[in-house]
Amino acid sequence: MPVTVSMTVNGKAVSGEVEPRTLLVQFLRDHLRLTGTHVGCDTSQCGACVVHVDDVSVKSCTMLAVQAEGARVTTIEGLAQGDSLHPMQEAFRENHGLQCGFCTPGMVMSAIELVRGRPDISEDEIRKGIDGNLCRCTGYHNIVKSIKAGAQAMNG
Amino acid sequence: MYEFEYRRPASLAEALEALRAAPEGKPLAGGQTLLPTLKQRLASPSELIDLAGIDELRGIARDGDAVVIGAMARHAEVAASADVQATIPALAALAGDIGDRQVRNRGTLGGSIANNDPAADYPAACLALAATVRTNAREIAADDFFTGLFETALEEDELVTAVRFPAPAMAAYMKFKNPASRYAIVGVFVARTAGGVRLAVTGAGAGGVFRVPAMEAALTADFSPSAIEGITIPPDDLNSDIHASAEYRAHLVGVMARRAVAACG
Repeated sequence: MPVTVSMTVNGKAVSGEVEPRTLLVQFLRDHLRLTGTHVGCDTSQCGACVVHVDDVSVKSCTMLAVQAEGARVTTIEGLAQGDSLHPMQEAFRENHGLQCGFCTPGMVMSAIELVRGRPDISEDEIRKGIDGNLCRCTGYHNIVKSIKAGAQAMNG
Repeated sequence: MYEFEYRRPASLAEALEALRAAPEGKPLAGGQTLLPTLKQRLASPSELIDLAGIDELRGIARDGDAVVIGAMARHAEVAASADVQATIPALAALAGDIGDRQVRNRGTLGGSIANNDPAADYPAACLALAATVRTNAREIAADDFFTGLFETALEEDELVTAVRFPAPAMAAYMKFKNPASRYAIVGVFVARTAGGVRLAVTGAGAGGVFRVPAMEAALTADFSPSAIEGITIPPDDLNSDIHASAEYRAHLVGVMARRAVAACG
């Protein structure tokens, strides 16, 4: 039986009728048409679907929409301020931290939480910290570089 | 996923009532195992009873020289807890190395031990630290709690509320993990406790987590990696799968056990 779910997504109050089995990522993509959050593996391994729920990074393919009732959700679409990119997005652009771009929304969302309050996070900590996000193009090198630069920019 | 109804009770009493009223209902903790299971249609509960709204199940507190961790404490909270880091640093380290960052932000202690996956990390800590599992009805010693593969002593409609971990003199956890799933292929938790040395193995046993009395006795007499050099585990009751054969797992138990003892310094 459908239920009503309400939450704040990217600063806006939203609600919708969903079945309890609707995943948060399905609610974001199919109901709200926020298709920046990707579904890669759908088995909570690849991290393409990472969003923030109450400032904490989660895999939105492994959370029900109803579990986010009343929560504050931030997706990749909610980062930029008008035309100016979030410092982490800008760092990925500057450092060419992507090739095909499929994993990028999840990478950026994971990275923002990872470096919060840690301007000097080490390369090792970054590599370990993004082990829930898979990229099949870059070999991670420029992603790590981007996150290091983003950490400085965010906490500078 | 098959269809189900969803409830989010605000108290433990309400949750228990909801579980009793729904014979095919299932409690939902962090969902990091249950939701993937439902996606594969390996379970079809009529209702999910979400425990996330129950304050009584949260929180981490010191209790004398022990630490009590609420069933709904997330792995990330346990890893970051100053109380856990001060009382049992090996437990904080274990929690900080479960799955990946996003799994740790959602997964819970209670969910992990109630599921008793044979490759989960927490069961090894509970068993080696002689923890006590608290439920809505009683207290269960870890030795009696883990009864087999995905099996525990929990009754139908009984919920874990917290786990009490007594602080050991020293402890360490070493795991050889599958690089893709990050589950333990073999994990060994060793602890010097008031009642002697306890050593528990996860990831290897066909029946789930188990202790190794021969190693415990040797380590109680002489707490050094060389004391257990010659003690081997028969592969007969160990898991064999595409990740590792039973013989390889048996070998890894020895290696991880010696590394864990060495890590106690």
